[in-house]
Amino acid sequence: MFCEKAIELVRELHRMGDGQLPAFNEDGIRQVLEEMKALYQQNQSDVNEAKSEGRSELIPTIKFRHCCLCRNQRCIAAYLYDRLLRIRALRWEYGSVLPTAIRFHMCAEEVEWFNQYKKSLATYMRSLGGEEGLDITQDVKPPKSLYIEVRCLKDHGEFEIDDGTVILLKKNSQHFLPRWKCEQLIRQGVLEHVIS
Amino acid sequence: METQSYTPVPPGVGMEENFLSLDDILLSHERLPCRTESAFPRLGFLEKSADTRDIPEGTKMEMPLWLAKGLYERKRRTLSVDPPKTYRQGWRTVLGADPNVVDLHKMGPYFYGMGSQLLHFDSPENAEIAQTVLQTFIGRFRRTMDASQNALDADTSALVAPLDALERALFRAGQAGLAAYQRWEGGASGRIEASGLVVNYRKRKLGELQA
Repeated sequence: MFCEKAIELVRELHRMGDGQLPAFNEDGIRQVLEEMKALYQQNQSDVNEAKSEGRSELIPTIKFRHCCLCRNQRCIAAYLYDRLLRIRALRWEYGSVLPTAIRFHMCAEEVEWFNQYKKSLATYMRSLGGEEGLDITQDVKPPKSLYIEVRCLKDHGEFEIDDGTVILLKKNSQHFLPRWKCEQLIRQGVLEHVIS
Repeated sequence: METQSYTPVPPGVGMEENFLSLDDILLSHERLPCRTESAFPRLGFLEKSADTRDIPEGTKMEMPLWLAKGLYERKRRTLSVDPPKTYRQGWRTVLGADPNVVDLHKMGPYFYGMGSQLLHFDSPENAEIAQTVLQTFIGRFRRTMDASQNALDADTSALVAPLDALERALFRAGQAGLAAYQRWEGGASGRIEASGLVVNYRKRKLGELQA
């Protein structure tokens, strides 16, 4: 049957329902596009035949192939769109720099899109809140205090805070840090928020 | 509630399909028993049982929902569609007797979605199918809701197994609500947490290392 390859692409994303980004399936996309090309050419020749020789019994077949073309188109559009949603989410979860392993899962156009999205978001955030701008990825949850107690989950190296003090983020060490400085590190899983 | 920046495109409601929804694409891949009412020349290779060049008129074959929907026309009959077994009289009686004992995941897994989609095709049974689908949902909803609101930190796999895709989504929403409420009660809702995406990603990487 036609369109089996296309549904495979969709299944691949559906299986990872939690928003992980699987590697871009370039090979799958290419196969679907080839199938579409073949379908289109067959249809083209059948349409010409139906027109010139008046063979109207070919019409159901033409329609059949046309449905398959539309279906392939839908699957690919949904595949690419869902990937964009996932990539957009990465900006909010990981911050503006992605781990290399994840970047390898994106195709060149997706990397380009991610960079454009980053730019748009940064421009928007600069336009907010007067001179300084406002980082809207911060304080996703309403803050209750300026400083919070955090615990290091892995070695992260040196870390400078507002007053110029440099602290060493060593595994299992505990610190009392300004909240806005470490929120991102907590989301990335370097630090853990400790509530006593 | 866990702030999740990725939300997939939601499936369509009722008879509508959402073009970009992955769920709806998988739903429309489910197969329906069909009968061709006109010949399809040059497509014989799709029908493996017969070794002909064309698909002749009157062939019984299974077609995915998207194809049946595309080819079906009220005026010019090229195709007739039968409701699948699980929507016919026999199963309707079972579902009417007690919808709670049926494993809709095995029957579906898109039982409600498919039931609504079947209404696109003219069939004398349509009214009864619609009624059965609706009553089944009503009959099972109470139990689904009850389970999702009260199973805290428990193994829910047995509860979830017989649920249809729609019911599963509802179940998950209920569980997320319950968990969020528990966290709020424990005073932990202000705690900043590692992003679920990051945590899951790390778990997978760890698994790959061990393997």
